[in-house]
Amino acid sequence: MSPAVSNPDRRAFLARLAKAGLLATATGIAGFKLYDGTGPSPSSADQTALTLPEYAIDDPSKPQRRNRLAVVHGNDRKQTVNQGLKALGGIEAFVKKGERVLIKVNAAFASPPALSATTHPDLVTELVRLCLKAGAAEVRVADNPINDPATCFELTGIGPAARSAGARVMLPRTASFQPVSVSGGRLIKNWPVFVKPLTGVDKVIGVAPVKDHHRSGASLSMKNWYGLLGGRRNIFHQEIHNIIYELALMIRPSLVILDGTTTMMTNGPTGGSLADLKQTDTMILGTDPVAVDTYGAGLLEKPIETLPHIAKAEAAGLGTTDLDAIEPIISNLG
Amino acid sequence: MRIITARRISQIFFTLLFFWFCMVSSLGRQWWQLRGWPVNFFLELSPLAGLGMALTTGTIYKGMAWGLVTLGVTFFLGRVFCGWVCPFGAIHHLLGYISRIKQAAPEKVRRNRYHPAQKVKYWILMVLLGTIVYDLARRLLGLPPGRMLSSLQIGLLDPMSLLYRSINLIVLPLVDGGGRWFSTAPRWYDAGFSIGLIFISALLLNFKVPRFFCRYVCPLGALLGILSRWPLFRIYKSDAACKTCPSCERHCEGACQPSDQLRLSECVVCLNCREDCREGSIRYGLKAPATGDIPAPDIHRREVILSMVSGVAGMAALGIEGRQGFNWPAHLVRPPGALNEPNFLARCIRCGQCMRICPTNVIQPAVLEAGWEAIWTPVLNFRVGTSGCQHTCIACGHVCPTAAIRPLTRDERMGNGFKEQGPIRIGTAFVDRGRCLPWAMDKPCIVCQENCPVSPKAIFTREVFNPVRMGRPLTVVSAEKDQMKLSGTVLTPGRYATGDFYCRISGQAPRQIVRQNEQTISVLAIYPFEPPPRAGDHVQILIRLQQPIVIPDRCIGCGICEHECPISGKRAIRVTAENESRNARHGFLLS
Repeated sequence: MSPAVSNPDRRAFLARLAKAGLLATATGIAGFKLYDGTGPSPSSADQTALTLPEYAIDDPSKPQRRNRLAVVHGNDRKQTVNQGLKALGGIEAFVKKGERVLIKVNAAFASPPALSATTHPDLVTELVRLCLKAGAAEVRVADNPINDPATCFELTGIGPAARSAGARVMLPRTASFQPVSVSGGRLIKNWPVFVKPLTGVDKVIGVAPVKDHHRSGASLSMKNWYGLLGGRRNIFHQEIHNIIYELALMIRPSLVILDGTTTMMTNGPTGGSLADLKQTDTMILGTDPVAVDTYGAGLLEKPIETLPHIAKAEAAGLGTTDLDAIEPIISNLG
Repeated sequence: MRIITARRISQIFFTLLFFWFCMVSSLGRQWWQLRGWPVNFFLELSPLAGLGMALTTGTIYKGMAWGLVTLGVTFFLGRVFCGWVCPFGAIHHLLGYISRIKQAAPEKVRRNRYHPAQKVKYWILMVLLGTIVYDLARRLLGLPPGRMLSSLQIGLLDPMSLLYRSINLIVLPLVDGGGRWFSTAPRWYDAGFSIGLIFISALLLNFKVPRFFCRYVCPLGALLGILSRWPLFRIYKSDAACKTCPSCERHCEGACQPSDQLRLSECVVCLNCREDCREGSIRYGLKAPATGDIPAPDIHRREVILSMVSGVAGMAALGIEGRQGFNWPAHLVRPPGALNEPNFLARCIRCGQCMRICPTNVIQPAVLEAGWEAIWTPVLNFRVGTSGCQHTCIACGHVCPTAAIRPLTRDERMGNGFKEQGPIRIGTAFVDRGRCLPWAMDKPCIVCQENCPVSPKAIFTREVFNPVRMGRPLTVVSAEKDQMKLSGTVLTPGRYATGDFYCRISGQAPRQIVRQNEQTISVLAIYPFEPPPRAGDHVQILIRLQQPIVIPDRCIGCGICEHECPISGKRAIRVTAENESRNARHGFLLS
């Protein structure tokens, strides 16, 4: 018999037997571990959703009267915002030493500052400067725009203004979003929200221009929070007033600033022409977003009854539309 | 310094320069980002693209004149471009080098032996030129266009176009991941698979045969090969008594048989043969070779004619499809400033520079949307990217190396001071009333109208009040001016208090519902019923809708509406190329 067809010797046989046995056992274990007798469930389980913390320094449902709303008339944003802040107790009332501040601007569209579709860069510069002067450890400027984000921040002038004043500009990236739910909300459930700029922040300041809005009637300080939503947020336009109300529930800002130096009276929210604008020389600041928006609606010459989201927010205790009751501090410049 | 060290430095320098130009082609404020860098330099160096355009347009556009320098160098020194400059060649060179590191000398020599199939690249060149010659002849003879299609197909395989396209649209987006360095958002490109497949294949084939692409495929190499027939300087064998040992072919990049009669058209002047010859009998200089050589490519007149005829035939078959006439593809929306389709295709080399620079990523390489003749040419896909085509942006036309997309000024794009023409229109938006929420499903929306960037807006809305379906009719039980108690269907509390619902009793205009419970409705107090409803009146609940309608003479086709439409699959408002500025025959409006 030739060696080629001989039986293996015992040692070789046992070695081969052991290898085959090990492989068979490993296959069996892997199969047992991976076995799935039920198949996939219809939808994957929801990620645990966040709820955003409170940033408000006042409780608007309390009948506190003073220092809730300041209105300054004038056309120089730097001066009006300074005077308005002074009326509310100075920036120090809002920003303490070592705090981190988010300034949520409206940078929705890639259009120049002159068209007033976005937060004015001068206002951003001044606010960043004031926050840093008050000792803020970090000032962030963020928005999730509708048009291309990088282009928006450049063309609106907000990006360069914020950076040169010493703020950190945060553009939305895929990883910046996390699912958020609003307690008592119906629409914002497990919805991706631009959470990154809010992470670790102590105070939130909303800064928006006063604009006409074809769907919601007006784009004011509460509508400004739309820019925190991610995903296919446009589906919420089916219930625009409810979503604005839920956004107001979702985030309770420390301060909101509504810039009515020029107001976009028509063709909103994009505008696109100087003919859409009106010089209204008003800067509105407040801790009560409902009151601030109520005043802003006046600049647009719209009765607040035609803006149901304001009534909804008031009914939920987010603020008041009764301006006389909270004694707005109104002043003129020059 | 050894001459091949100089060659390696040159190759590394130009390859790094190429990658640098790819990386800096991004918008932003960093010093390195697109600040007048000559990012098209390597495209312009390719005389193949320049020659093609010169034949189709009769002109050499701006930087494409750099191709003349390449030609000049080739006339004097042979295919120096291939061996010393071309970054694609350098990549092949490197991979080929890696593939043979552990090989024995005989195996190296075997893989560098001349192969008759190297003539295929000349066929490819002739087919590509064939797609142009008919139209050229026609124009020279002054004949009418006829039914033939004319277009520049050079970009399909021009190595510079191929490399720019592959690096910009496949490699950089993959390296960059979520947009870390070269863009702010992840970049997406349609047709990525076909571009990637060709690029990766070209790279991997080096492990079969070094410089496979250069030897068998490259039409630019073929062109330069034909033109390096009478070079001033050349590789030659100084010793007629050379023992024809194959040492000189161990690292021969061009497979041009320097050990025998040198094939001049295949030699890429890598000078490895000069380095490898132990006898020092291979030199680079002015002298004539001792053993004679083969100056012309191994391709016969019959092959030239056959290849060119197949190119002509291909264009004839494409012409039959009629895409440049009545059968034009409506979904083919080209970037703003794109020339009309025949002129566009006469220039576009599919380099992908416009797609790379587009800030919103809306410019995409076509798969077959534009027809077989326009694979990988730029087409706008409004579902991709961060926004539609920004109506103030003119980046694509300014980066385009061939002016297939004309460089516009911002004023021309937006129509400022161009009263006669108005703004550049790339198409028109059409509302699909069968899919649009307010039109088809009685749901408020108007996202499209809101986002329309032109002023006055190119979308207006028509207000309608449509009745809401109810199980049992609602009847007034008791009522005041702004409040009623109802019987009939029990309503879900708050369902109709979103601000979009109204109610109507006969004879009066609809009143906005502000609060609503199971059986009560309150309407806006400042606009109550007058007179108040009476018990027994029927109440209808209405939804107020704003239905979007496009105003075609204002629409510029920017597609922001399509991008934003909440119907995310097949959008309910879509832009097609109707009324695009670049082709008057695609208009439909009376002036």
